[in-house]
Amino acid sequence: MGAQRKGATRVSEDPEELTRVPLQAILLADSFTTKFRPITLERPKVLLPLVNVPMINYTLAWLESAGVEEVFVFCCAHSKQVIDYLEKSEWLSQPNFTVTMIESHNSVSAGDALRLIYERNVIHGDFVLISGDTVSNMSLTQALKEHKDRRKKDSNAVMTMVIKRSKPSPIAHQSRLGTDELFVAIDPTTKQLLYYEDKIDYSKGTIYLDKSLLTNNSSVSLHNDKQDCYIDICSPEVLSLFTDNFDYQHVRRHFVKGLLLDDIMGYKIFTHEIHSSYAARIDNFRSYDTVSKDIIHRWTYPLVPDVKFFGNSATKLERQGMYRASEVAQSRSAEIGPFTVIGYGTKIGSNTSISNSVIGEGCTIGSNVHIQGSYIWDNVTIEDDCKVSHAIVCDGVTLKFGAILEPGVVLSFKVVVGKQFVVPSYSKVSLLQQPIKQDSDEELEYADCSSAMTNAVDISNGDMTSQILETQHWPSHELGTGGVGHIWSICEGGHEEEWRHSVAPIPSDKVAEAMKDTEDELELAHDGSILPPSGELKPYSNDSSDDNEDSRDESIYFGKEVEATFLRAAHENIEEDLVVLEVNSLRLSYNKEAADCAGAIFFSMMKLALETPHTSVNELLKNVNSVLTKWKKILKFYLPGMDEQIEVILKFEEMCLESAQEFSPLFTKILEYLYDKDIVLEDAILSWEEEKRDAEESDKVFVRQAQPLIQWLREASEEDEEE
Amino acid sequence: MPDIQALVNDFLNNLRKRKIEGSQATAKQTAELLRSVISQQRVPYTNQAAALIDAVRTVGEQLIAANPVEIAVGNIVRRVLHSIREEDLSLATAAIAGLGISAESDDDDDFVREDHHILSAAAVAAAARSTLRPPSLQTLLEDMPDSAAVPHTSSSGGDSEGKSKSADKSSRSRKLKHDVIEAVNELIQDIATCHEQIAEQAVEHIHQNEVILTLGSSRTVLEFLCAAKEKKRSFRVFVAEGAPRYQGHLLAKELVARGLQTTVITDSAVFAMISRVNMVIVGAHAVMANGGVIAPVGLNMVALAAQRHAVPFVVLAGSHKLCPLYPHNPEVLLNELRSPSELLDFGDFSDCMDFGSGTGSSLLHVVNPAFDYVPPKLVSLFITDTGGHNPSYMYRLIADYYSADDFVVQRKPATGS
Repeated sequence: MGAQRKGATRVSEDPEELTRVPLQAILLADSFTTKFRPITLERPKVLLPLVNVPMINYTLAWLESAGVEEVFVFCCAHSKQVIDYLEKSEWLSQPNFTVTMIESHNSVSAGDALRLIYERNVIHGDFVLISGDTVSNMSLTQALKEHKDRRKKDSNAVMTMVIKRSKPSPIAHQSRLGTDELFVAIDPTTKQLLYYEDKIDYSKGTIYLDKSLLTNNSSVSLHNDKQDCYIDICSPEVLSLFTDNFDYQHVRRHFVKGLLLDDIMGYKIFTHEIHSSYAARIDNFRSYDTVSKDIIHRWTYPLVPDVKFFGNSATKLERQGMYRASEVAQSRSAEIGPFTVIGYGTKIGSNTSISNSVIGEGCTIGSNVHIQGSYIWDNVTIEDDCKVSHAIVCDGVTLKFGAILEPGVVLSFKVVVGKQFVVPSYSKVSLLQQPIKQDSDEELEYADCSSAMTNAVDISNGDMTSQILETQHWPSHELGTGGVGHIWSICEGGHEEEWRHSVAPIPSDKVAEAMKDTEDELELAHDGSILPPSGELKPYSNDSSDDNEDSRDESIYFGKEVEATFLRAAHENIEEDLVVLEVNSLRLSYNKEAADCAGAIFFSMMKLALETPHTSVNELLKNVNSVLTKWKKILKFYLPGMDEQIEVILKFEEMCLESAQEFSPLFTKILEYLYDKDIVLEDAILSWEEEKRDAEESDKVFVRQAQPLIQWLREASEEDEEE
Repeated sequence: MPDIQALVNDFLNNLRKRKIEGSQATAKQTAELLRSVISQQRVPYTNQAAALIDAVRTVGEQLIAANPVEIAVGNIVRRVLHSIREEDLSLATAAIAGLGISAESDDDDDFVREDHHILSAAAVAAAARSTLRPPSLQTLLEDMPDSAAVPHTSSSGGDSEGKSKSADKSSRSRKLKHDVIEAVNELIQDIATCHEQIAEQAVEHIHQNEVILTLGSSRTVLEFLCAAKEKKRSFRVFVAEGAPRYQGHLLAKELVARGLQTTVITDSAVFAMISRVNMVIVGAHAVMANGGVIAPVGLNMVALAAQRHAVPFVVLAGSHKLCPLYPHNPEVLLNELRSPSELLDFGDFSDCMDFGSGTGSSLLHVVNPAFDYVPPKLVSLFITDTGGHNPSYMYRLIADYYSADDFVVQRKPATGS
């Protein structure tokens, strides 16, 4: 019997092993950010050439060589272009490698994309989550094996994140890829990720770890020299988690941090560090520059220009890292420096010097041109005596005689720079007008992104652009005589931030400035003993103050999140049940009580009423009334007992005193409304009054204001008792 | 046909992505692929050889372009082309001779056919390297009167020509393909057994109590040394580790496992140790037509050290590594620059490569070439599967293995004209 059972179990186990699920991958062909603007208004980021090969090819080539058999390419922005490109390419006809496109027009974030893929029900096992702008040559086998072994032991290990060691610049507090310095806490034995923070406030010079992090784990190693490769091995649960928490948008900011904070479900994220292989994601212009140079320096071998890994024309590597495709016409006196790539069919005039640059296919470069550290894409015409340094020049651009591009310039498609015109540094030039600046709130950023995408789709084809050229009259002052294009005004973050993400190296004055700052910081660190530079972390040092600050911070965040959720619901007319669900999930993730939710929701309702345009106090009152009537169900959901109701009243009082003083004259009236609508019961109001009896005089303003109502309530209840 | 195309694409992909490495593996797979290309190729009635050559050539072009560094691929393509030509020639001579003689009596016919068969077999042997035959100058001399005599006999062909011609032709078309496939099979066999063939000669070269130095790891060298060990020779081996891939470590492990006294030294210690060494035995990536060797990086230094101390420098190479091109030929991509991560850890040096500061170009460059070129004057002896040869003799071997027409495979007729 025993033997039989053993046999039976073995049989049942075996098929599981045998029915091997093909390794799948989700490739997000959209980064859901606007960092590559204005270029991405006309062409999706994944199709931008990286060392003369569209980025997506690097990602697909890696996935294929890493043994992934099925890739779902999620196309959103310019989905048509991506799909057209892939259909024309050979990716769809590869043996043992299927590429399927999933198109969506209304996804505004990675979260939406994953939810959509979950609905399609195409992912059956562990999958690789990657975005189409990642370059890597790592081998997946080890990471995958670790992930699967962990899964067998613990089904809560849902994700393995690939990280790589890379020292951040101590001066600018950013990695060499131009992203913010990343702080991660990892359990050194299990490799579990415990803490992830990529947005550090440097003004304080400190980071805060949750106390429980230190009490629950016997050892924690905190790193600031890790680079997130944005390659994740995920279990299918990840998709359902995204669906359950439908406010998750960003994979790192929401999903990873959410999972790390959430101790109810107990999901865990682990890390896999790669040493000898390369992986990096192109996030901004700086990383575009860095990754391009890494490719030219062959760190990504075999994904290098002279290996025909995919779709690149035959290129030969010559001395000093100079790559030259065939049919290059180069004048004898032209000087091509080291680490330069010259594309197929490009013509280079005499006495021209090019160094550390990538020149695309079919470009025409005149005489006496100096090009340094720049990325020049296909079919660009550069006339004589131009100077180009550390710039990105897109397809079809023309630089007229003597034009100068200062460091950090980005010229989008088909721009023409007039004769001897100097384009100032960090300026972005496009044929398209700069979209109207919107609030840089996160949700809006996404929305903004999608709306602009739809606008740009129809402009993207050549006919339209030529029409624009004909119809529009270009002012000559913007780009010199004969110039075509708009110089975008430098937006969000201002000039201060531009140098961080630009292709140009950090200017020396910034370096000096930052150097001074770090010195100050160091002094600061020495004065106040914030963290011993190399000592071990002491779990119980000055914990109390940190803790308080933490929880206060948290409740502020929580309040903001609830408010954002509610306002969105109000604007988009989302059903009440869904709002309740969403607020519940927030409540769980921030570890709050019903009273906190009620307070926060009430606060946001009042704010909504306040924001609705009104001219007089009466109208405001009306607004409050309508909002309360409409949404009272939600509020009541969170008001099961008296304590919560008191909390609402207290919150209201606080509001009237601080943030929304417009309500203070209306305090009693609104309180009456609340009572009428059964949101606040009389007992709550009475006990509130009792609570306030011992308070200071200044706090009693509203109690006194509400005195008639209280009086009335008291009499009513007495009457009841009498009866 | 479609499945052949899929096979070709698959192999091309692997070559492009550098998934197949090592000349033996690539040579073997190339030969196998070409064999299936030939067997799938439909052969027209006229000019079958040209059809086969075209088919092999088109595939070969793609293969060579896919990874020019693997010189063995080109070698095998040329060898297959050469064997097609050889088989065609031998069949043609046999057929023409047969025609001429068919007018004669039946008994004679059989006899003469056999005779011619022997001749064609000699040609096959020349191509396939089955015998350890000294220069084919002799064969050339033998062939000359024959080919001169053939037209004579054919011109005296009788009246029954027409009938036997048609019968002959259909059998010939099948026979050519068959013979070519046979020849390719033999080639595959040769590649598979080249290690043993080379190793057989080990005892002649390694003597009692000698000290042998090698660098990096090569399967041929391993087998060679082990074969000598098996024959009860006792000797010691110095293994230079072969940075940056350190395959010498693996070789040392293997040698110790087989019971050889082994000493591991760093590459930079080669010169210090060379005075104690009796012979340097190394593997190669490719042997060029002038006798120069493309070998793992570091070998040129070893060869120079050996020359300085008059230590024999012996190169082991299977015949598939023999390349008919000269190293100054621009078509020969001599080197491959590999990833710098083999030299140093990216994480440790990432701050040296921050392009964001300074002038935007990093001050640190890492160059990691895979191969060295050892000039022929530094090589004392080549040991191939056909025996030991002097570097100056290489051109002669090449004439045996390759037709001059095939030296340039890449030139497409479209671009050529």
